[in-house]
Amino acid sequence: MRWGLVLLAVCLGFAGPGAATEPLGDTEAGAKLFSKCKGCHKIGEGAEDKIGPHLNGIFGRAAAAHEGYAYSKSMKRAGADGLIWTAETLDAYIEKPRALVSKTRMSFPGMKDPQDRADLLAYLRAYSDNPADVPEAEPTATGTDHDLDPAILALKGDKEYGEYLSSECLTCHRADGSAEGIPAITRWPEEDFVIAMHAYKQKLRPHPVMQMMAGRLSNDEIAALAAYFKDLEK
Amino acid sequence: MSFNRRAFMGTGLAAATVLSAPAVLADGHGKPRVVVIGGGAGGATAARYLAKDSDGALDVTLVEPSRTYFTCFFSNLYLGGFKQLSDIGHTYGALAANHGINVIHDWAVGVDRGARTVTLAGGAVLSYDKLILSPGIDFVDGAVEGWSVAAQNKMPHAYKAGSQTELLKAQIMAMPEGGTYAMVAPPNPFRCPPGPYERVSMVAHMLKANNPTAKIIIADPKPKFSKMGLFQEGWAHHYEGMIDWIGEEFGGGNVSVDPEAMTVTIDGEETAVDACNVIPAMKAGRIAEVAGVTDGNWAPVNAVDMSSKADADVYVLGDASQQGDMPKSGFSANSQAKVCANAVRGALTGSKVFPAKFSNTCWSLIGTEDGVKVGATYEATDEKIAKVDGFISQTGETGDLRKATYEESEGWYAGITADMFS
Ligand SMILES: Cc1cc2nc3c(=O)[nH]c(=O)nc-3n(C[C@H](O)[C@H](O)[C@H](O)COP(=O)(O)OP(=O)(O)OC[C@H]3O[C@@H](n4cnc5c(N)ncnc54)[C@H](O)[C@@H]3O)c2cc1C
Repeated sequence: MRWGLVLLAVCLGFAGPGAATEPLGDTEAGAKLFSKCKGCHKIGEGAEDKIGPHLNGIFGRAAAAHEGYAYSKSMKRAGADGLIWTAETLDAYIEKPRALVSKTRMSFPGMKDPQDRADLLAYLRAYSDNPADVPEAEPTATGTDHDLDPAILALKGDKEYGEYLSSECLTCHRADGSAEGIPAITRWPEEDFVIAMHAYKQKLRPHPVMQMMAGRLSNDEIAALAAYFKDLEK
Repeated sequence: MSFNRRAFMGTGLAAATVLSAPAVLADGHGKPRVVVIGGGAGGATAARYLAKDSDGALDVTLVEPSRTYFTCFFSNLYLGGFKQLSDIGHTYGALAANHGINVIHDWAVGVDRGARTVTLAGGAVLSYDKLILSPGIDFVDGAVEGWSVAAQNKMPHAYKAGSQTELLKAQIMAMPEGGTYAMVAPPNPFRCPPGPYERVSMVAHMLKANNPTAKIIIADPKPKFSKMGLFQEGWAHHYEGMIDWIGEEFGGGNVSVDPEAMTVTIDGEETAVDACNVIPAMKAGRIAEVAGVTDGNWAPVNAVDMSSKADADVYVLGDASQQGDMPKSGFSANSQAKVCANAVRGALTGSKVFPAKFSNTCWSLIGTEDGVKVGATYEATDEKIAKVDGFISQTGETGDLRKATYEESEGWYAGITADMFS
C-alpha cells in the first residue's frame, strides 16, 4: 500500500509536518477531545504505555516504531510498509482507524468531524518533539477515573483459572489480539483490564453484552482474566 | 483474598469429576481416547479445546462427513447478498495441523455404549473412553403435510447450510416479477430462534433490490417469535407492505404443501408460490437416537458438564441436547463445548475442573447496517442450565448503534470461527 496516497487532509487546510507555524487546530478543544482517547493512551510528562502506546512524540514517527509496546501484526506491517505518522496520516487514521490499518488493537470507531480531528491533532502535536511547539502547560494525562477498592486492584489473578474463563471471552474477542468490530483485549496492563471490567460490572461502561458478562464475574475471576490476557501472545 | 481453590472443590461437579479420574486412568494402555461426532459449532470447539489444552495427553478424534463446514450462522447474510458462500465455508486442516486432532471424514452410523465403540459408515470401529456427540439437528418426519426430505430440492429447508442455502438463493433469484416467496416456520424448540425471521429480512432485502413487487408470506405455528418487536419494526421500516406474517391465531400452524404443484395451503386457503422454504419441526441429529441417549426428540444432559442422563461417558452438545434454558445456537454450542471439554479433560487427565459458566448472544441483521442482538448468561443447577441474566436490543435505537451492533456481529463471526477452526 502507498501511504503517500493518503491525502485526505489536504482539503482541511492542514499545513503538514515541518510547517508547524500554522496551527493545526485549537489545542484546548483538543485536550477535551482527548478524553475519548485517554482510556487507552497516555500523553505528557512521564506518560507510559497502557492499553495503547503513549503518544508523546507521535508526529514524525514510523507506525509501530515505539519500542516496548506490543503492536499488532497489522500495525507492524503498516510500519514496515512505510507508514509515517504525519498530520495527514494521523488525520486519516483518527477519522476511521480501520480504514487505514485494519485489525490493529485500536478499537476506536473514528471521529467524523474534521474540526474535531484538527483540534485533537493540535493537542497531540503539542507533545511531539518539536521545540517550537513544546508546551509550557501542565501535562493532562491522568489515570482512568474509578473508585475501585485498592484491595480489588491488588488481587493476584490465577492464570490457570483465567485460561479457562478466557474461553468464554474468545467466542467474540480474538486470541491473536486483532480488533474487528470487537475490541482487542490481549496484553492490557492488568490494572486497566480490572478497572474496565469492574466498570462494566457496575454498569458505568455502557455495553449490554459486557455488562452481562462482567456482571457475574467475581473479583477473583476478573483478576484471573486480567492475569491471563496480559501475557497472551499469538 | 486471593483465589480460593477450595471454593471450586466444594462444588459437586469438581469433586465428582476429579474423584472419578483415577479409575479411568487406571484402565487400558496408551492415552485416553475421546471421540467427537460432528464437526460443527459444538464438536469442533470441543475437539479443539480438548486437544489444545491437554497438550498431547489425550487422543482426540473428530468424525465429520463434510470436508467444508458451512456455518448456518451468517448463511442468511449470504441469502441477503451481504456475504459470499465462500465467506461462510471452513475446513478442518488447522485442527489437525495445529492441535494434532485426528479428523476423519465419514459418518458415524453406530454406537455401542457397552463396548464403548463407534462404527463409521466406511466400516472402521473407534474405541473411546469418552464420547462427545454434537450432531446438530434432523427433521421430524411428517411434520409438514406434503413435505419430506425427498422434496428438499423443490422446497429447500436451508436449515443445514451449504448446497441447500445455495439452492434456496437460486430459487429466490429466479422468482418471476411480483412472485411469492413462502416460508413454513417451525414450532419450538428449534435451531436458532431468530433464524427464520432474520432470513425473511434478508430475503426481503434481496427482493427489494431485484424484484420489489414480490411478496413474502410466513406461515407460523407460533403465536410469537424471538425479537418479534424488533423484526416487525424493521420490516415496517425497510420492507413496508412486502411481508405477511400469519401466526398461530390466523391458522399459520395449519399448513400443507405440494412440492410438485408448488402450492402452499394455509388454514384451508391454497396459494401458488414461486419459492418455498419449508423449515420443519426438528429433533436431535439421528446418531443421538442411534446411541440411545434421546428421550423423545432430544438428548437430556446434566447441566454441570453436558454428560448424557443415560450414560456418564457420553456427552451431548449443542442443538441435539436438551439442557434447559439456552437457545439452540452456535454461540450456545460453543459455550457448552468449553464447559464439557474442561470436564472431560479433568476426568481423563486429572486436570483442574472449573465451575460451569454458559453464555449466549445472537445477533440478527434486519437490513443494511441494521443489526440487533439478544443474549443471556446461564448457570448449571441440579435440574438444568438456568438463565441468570439477559438483555435485548430496543426498538427505536439510533442508526449508529444498529451499525455498531452489525459490526460487532462481524467481529463475533470472525471470533467464533477462529475459536472453532484455527
Ligand atoms: C439460518 C440459520 C442462522 C443461524 N444463525 C445463528 C447465529 O447468528 N448465531 C448463532 O449462534 N447460531 C446461529 N444458528 C444456529 C447454529 O447454526 C446452530 O445452533 C449450531 O450450528 C449448532 O451446533 P451443533 O454443533 O449442535 O450442530 P452443527 O453445527 O449443525 O454441527 C453438526 C455436525 O455434525 C455432523 N454430523 C451429523 N450427524 C453425524 C454423524 N452421524 N456422523 C458424523 N457427523 C455427523 C454434521 O455434518 C454437522 O457438521 C443459525 C442457524 C440457522 C439455520
